Amino acid sequence: MTIALYVIAFSALTVSFFKSREKTLLALKKAWKSFENILPQFLSILIIIGMMLAILTPEQISKLLGSESGWYGVLIAAVIGSITLIPGFVAFPLAAALLKSGAGYMQIAAFVSTLMMVGIVTMPVEISYFGKKATIVRNVAAFGFSFIVALVMGVLL
Amino acid sequence: MKEKMIKFIKRYRIFFLLLIINTAVLVIFPNLGKKAFQLTGSNLLEMLSVLPPIFILLGLLDVWIKRETMIKYMGDNSGIIGVLLAFLLGSAAAGPLYAAFPVAGVLLKKGSKLSNVFIMLGAWSTKKIPLILFEASALGLKFMLLRLVMDLVGIAVIAYITEKALSTNDKKEIYQKALKGN
Repeated sequence: MTIALYVIAFSALTVSFFKSREKTLLALKKAWKSFENILPQFLSILIIIGMMLAILTPEQISKLLGSESGWYGVLIAAVIGSITLIPGFVAFPLAAALLKSGAGYMQIAAFVSTLMMVGIVTMPVEISYFGKKATIVRNVAAFGFSFIVALVMGVLL
Repeated sequence: MKEKMIKFIKRYRIFFLLLIINTAVLVIFPNLGKKAFQLTGSNLLEMLSVLPPIFILLGLLDVWIKRETMIKYMGDNSGIIGVLLAFLLGSAAAGPLYAAFPVAGVLLKKGSKLSNVFIMLGAWSTKKIPLILFEASALGLKFMLLRLVMDLVGIAVIAYITEKALSTNDKKEIYQKALKGN
């Protein structure tokens, strides 16, 4: 998919360049500017995640999320998912490994759902675009929604 | 020159502080500090590999798409087409959720409806196509499909709730932020 994105971006850039050089240069300038805009927060987030994941290992997470852990485990899973930020291709194998090592579907569903939809570490970035109110409402709603997902998964799987 | 330097340090001060903390950890607890730096490094590389095309497309979108076009397809009266486009845009994305915020900024700047932007964010956060495929292979097709169906509803509901929670003034502020951004 990343390759596909590169192909699309490069093709679009080529078409744009033949249509107008000035506009293409402007587009690249804007691209850089919006990237540089979030770069300080972006780098900070990466360091926070690095430290967090160094302390909170997969083994520790799986201990906390056993299938007998019930709603307490779901809550812990949702909190861990909210504060951590793990790339998808790491998160899903991790979730699969957690399932194998005894975590329940409910807990895993809560973890996966909050991991993707709730971002506490990235809140400053979100606030800079949407303001405090929208950011808090969106994250709280997504947090609550993750419990519904967990409940349904727990009943059906 | 000096002013520029001060501005640079001010913007990056939290990053520098965290870097110092992590280095301190490295000195006091070498194993933990080393692991943290390694994780940060590999995450950084991964992000740097997905972000360039997103930002290039973002720049092109900003330059080529007219405000009127955006308003027509994703604005206040865009109806179901706007909703579908928002879902598609978010699903076709790659990269973490925070890369979606600048994209959201440009959509707002061009006059997209706020709820459509929230739908795009929702789809981006949890329904990216490459991620769905990956989810199915790691956790099973049933798990993925169940979550997909629930998320489709959830994304729409969360977008609706978030928009309803905002006053007219809050919304104005969000659009102003977006306009100032570039």
